[in-house]
Amino acid sequence: MADNINRHVLSWLLGGLGFDFPANHWLGILIAALIHCVLVLHVVAVGALVFIWMERKIAGRIQDRLGPTRVGGKFGWLQTLADGLKLITKEDLMPGAADPLLFKLAPYISLSASYTAYLALPFASGWVGREVNTAAFFVLAVLGLEVFGVILAGYASGSKWSLFGGMREAAQVVSYEVPLGLCVIVPVMICGTMNLVTIADMQKGFANNWLIFNDPFTFLLFWVYFTCAMASVNRAPFDLAEAESELVAGFHTEYSGLRWSLFFMAEYGSMFVVSGLAAILFFGGWHGPIPLFQSLAYEMGEVDWRWGGYLANLAGCLNFIIKTVIGVTVMIWVRWTLPRLRIDQVITMCWKYCVPIAAFCFMGALAWQTLGLPTPARVNRTEVRESWSVVRELQKPVAPPEDVKSGRTAQDRDRVESPEAGRQASLSVGSEAAGARSAQTLGGRG
Amino acid sequence: MLDAINWHSFFFLLFGALTCAFALGVLLSSNVVRMAFYLVISLASTAALFILAGATFVGAMQIMIYVGGTLVLLIFGVMLTAQAAFVSMKTKSSDWVLAALGGGMLLALLVVTALSVPEWRSPTRDAGQVAAVAGDSATQLGWSLVGVRVDKSNQPNALLRNGMSGYLLPFEIISMHLLVVLVGAAYLARTRKKVGVRVVGGVDEADSIPSSSMEVVR
Repeated sequence: MADNINRHVLSWLLGGLGFDFPANHWLGILIAALIHCVLVLHVVAVGALVFIWMERKIAGRIQDRLGPTRVGGKFGWLQTLADGLKLITKEDLMPGAADPLLFKLAPYISLSASYTAYLALPFASGWVGREVNTAAFFVLAVLGLEVFGVILAGYASGSKWSLFGGMREAAQVVSYEVPLGLCVIVPVMICGTMNLVTIADMQKGFANNWLIFNDPFTFLLFWVYFTCAMASVNRAPFDLAEAESELVAGFHTEYSGLRWSLFFMAEYGSMFVVSGLAAILFFGGWHGPIPLFQSLAYEMGEVDWRWGGYLANLAGCLNFIIKTVIGVTVMIWVRWTLPRLRIDQVITMCWKYCVPIAAFCFMGALAWQTLGLPTPARVNRTEVRESWSVVRELQKPVAPPEDVKSGRTAQDRDRVESPEAGRQASLSVGSEAAGARSAQTLGGRG
Repeated sequence: MLDAINWHSFFFLLFGALTCAFALGVLLSSNVVRMAFYLVISLASTAALFILAGATFVGAMQIMIYVGGTLVLLIFGVMLTAQAAFVSMKTKSSDWVLAALGGGMLLALLVVTALSVPEWRSPTRDAGQVAAVAGDSATQLGWSLVGVRVDKSNQPNALLRNGMSGYLLPFEIISMHLLVVLVGAAYLARTRKKVGVRVVGGVDEADSIPSSSMEVVR
């Protein structure tokens, strides 16, 4: 993308003034990075705007009310904007007993942890902030940091309600990271990679290729994942940290105005991330129940931009967002249906139910894979993974061998590849990718 | 203009400076919760250094285990015990001397070791080398667990190659060890039940607050 901005947009705009823009000029790279950052920031900010409106409407309907109806016309769809304006005009209060530094920093820690997870979350094939080799693990690790903001807010407020909220959150999140990790391991094990782009592409085609239908154990596992995900993003019925009926408002009792709303943006951002992770790990990511756009999509390893591929990616991105929003909607639905659990019930749920069931499903899925029992999937997952790894290997910049150290490293890599060479040659996609060898990365065409 | 900057070195220095600065903050702060918070930033910057070096798996592991797991528990424990004595901790001067002696010796050793490798003395401007190092480290780790040591496969001495088996056995030993520790901790921490009295696993914190004060607040 930076390449296109430099060569076409900037050269056209400023070329007349005597500036020269080669393909890797820093201005183009900066603009491309800014566009991506702003887009992802809007998934968090505008997403929160829409989700809060949805939450109000769904809560209203479930409680036999109408929800907001007046602000902004028929469905009250500007209600959140009005709420936001109200929050901005509120006085920014801080209790006298608070720790000023930590009190002010806590909301930003929560929000930035939630936002960092988007760095590795792909929205369509190649549409990802940074394609991380260990993306599934990275997203989980970063999401776990959100709890820090909550704990620090609880401590720094200098209030008993807040401290109780923070303590509960700490106990809950540390416990639920265990089953959540176990649930994510199973799709990673079936796919043999932690790269989310590859995992989603290994489920392409019809819905029968989705990992949730791979075997009965993954089907069961998804529900465990969803429960744990809800607990880890602190949503009802696991919202003990803010339990209004007991703790006034829990960890954010002392917060008001914009700082308070940052916590909520973080919460809705994390809800989107865990739902997106569920969509990629279990529901094929951007590969829909019916592959309408598959004929248009980019071939693996294709680097040149074209309309058909762009359209397919856009449709895939929409598909992914729809799946994710369905996940968020279910979370909202559950929130207004189930009563809040007690802290002992939350911990029991984790250690006595979620962890054993997840471990059982892990063993079951492992056995299913090892014994080669029948699965409805009709896609050759290994072939997709191997062709992706070939494509990525070809797109790496090649190390010049003159330096002693880099020469050794390059040798290492050749040696690793050599036993696989026969297998790679047999893949037709691999040889196509060799033809499309280029210094451009996959993200370049986005 | 901006091409003249070695961005890799720039970010290395940035995150290195962050790590050191907040490590100093841990030392110099007197509030125990702030210390824990500075430690969070210091360890997270270390994770950033790992990721910068191409070891994304180790970086994510650092965040998951140290920042996400250990430090949450640390802060959890600290918050339970954060009484007046820990809010302004005073370090004795004898502690300072001892710590300076121990830390200084370790620092001297590390600096000498780091400078003894000629390739580490000055940053290279070779983008290809960076890319080659920043390879698929997670896959290599996975291979070594099943016994294929990618990093040592070009060892010329055949005798040495035998000693470079995979990491599966050490991994299993550590896993079993941790499991035993976990079971032991659970055994030590469990509630001693009296015969005939049923103890509920966790007591709701709100119960410990007198109900009259709750009425006043509302």
